[in-house]
Amino acid sequence: MISSCDLLKNKVCLVTGASRGIGYAVAKRFAACGAAVYANGRREESLKELLSLNGNCSGSVIPLYFDVTDSAAAKKAMMQIKKEQGKLDVLVNNAGIMKDALIGMISKEDMHQVFEVNVFAVMDMLQLAVKLMSRQNSGSIINLASIVGTNGNRGQMVYSASKGAVISLTKTAAKELASRHIRVNAVAPGVIDTDMFRSIGEEKMKEKINLIGMNRAGTPEEVADTCIYLASDLSVYVTGQVIGVDGCEVI
Amino acid sequence: MTNLEKYKKAFLESLEVSEDQLEGLEYQKIESWDSVGHMNLVAALEEAFDIMMDTDDIIDLSSYEKGKEIMRKYDIEL
Ligand SMILES: NC(=O)c1ccc[n+]([C@@H]2O[C@H](COP(=O)([O-])OP(=O)(O)OC[C@H]3O[C@@H](n4cnc5c(N)ncnc54)[C@H](OP(=O)(O)O)[C@@H]3O)[C@@H](O)[C@H]2O)c1
Repeated sequence: MISSCDLLKNKVCLVTGASRGIGYAVAKRFAACGAAVYANGRREESLKELLSLNGNCSGSVIPLYFDVTDSAAAKKAMMQIKKEQGKLDVLVNNAGIMKDALIGMISKEDMHQVFEVNVFAVMDMLQLAVKLMSRQNSGSIINLASIVGTNGNRGQMVYSASKGAVISLTKTAAKELASRHIRVNAVAPGVIDTDMFRSIGEEKMKEKINLIGMNRAGTPEEVADTCIYLASDLSVYVTGQVIGVDGCEVI
Repeated sequence: MTNLEKYKKAFLESLEVSEDQLEGLEYQKIESWDSVGHMNLVAALEEAFDIMMDTDDIIDLSSYEKGKEIMRKYDIEL
């Protein structure tokens, strides 16, 4: 774990869903590595802890309140970044939701909701970010996928399909944007200890951990470290990749 | 530079056309206004007027004249 570095010095980054879990860790770590981090949250109080980092890290945290499914609000946020910074170097599409149900019990409403947040909003944010990144002819877009997006998982037909979509859109965008030097990669976590993981209940958590070669859940910081690599110039020749952060989980 | 001059410049530079070609110019009627040229044109217009166009407007931008109409939606008088 890197506690601080200057790998992201002078980089302007936007992290969606930064109020807790992986997004919170990514925003915190990016700021510790010198970035100007635009942290997205839905409610004003939700970014309090992140904002308290200002003055205590080499970078900075700037709040951006909007729901990622609200295209007009997302566009306004992107305009704000353009006005204040004149550029965007990194977008982390992290905001996501999970709704599990067995086949036969999946409501249309849940299907829509999951795809709105996990897929449509990701494509929306990507299109907006590309507007800024094209001007500067560089950029890195990091999408949070999941190991279930490639392997599937019982009870997760909708969620796994949404993450599968994230993987394929990542690969397509990488191909389309390579000539503009905009890199697009996905991080595919396995089991990470956040509210999302805890929402499945203790028994299922144990079951899941038994499938992991390293025999423990990962931490949000461990996912964030992979994001630092993809956001930084250490990965300038890496695009269209899906990087697993799963402690050797077998599904 | 007036707004109309800025608007014309975006077309001239991104589509590599001459001024006398502008009137009646339509998407995909000349080689340089293909989908790549279109995205360059959108970027040039956004840069010139400091706007971000909605996807629907980007799709609707089918001619030099139509573009003028769309610019009005962003409070740009030409
Ligand atoms: N944890 C895991 O084991 C795991 C594994 C694989 C992939 N992932 C992926 O990693 C990402 C982060 O997961 P996590 O475990 O950190 O989840 P989490 O603890 O449930 O946090 C989700 C974050 O997304 C935000 N969010 C949800 N809907 C939003 C919306 N419409 N607009 C803006 N923000 C929204 C939440 O904001 P609020 O606080 O406002 O709700 C919260 O900040 C997700 O894409 C998830 O699918 C997680």
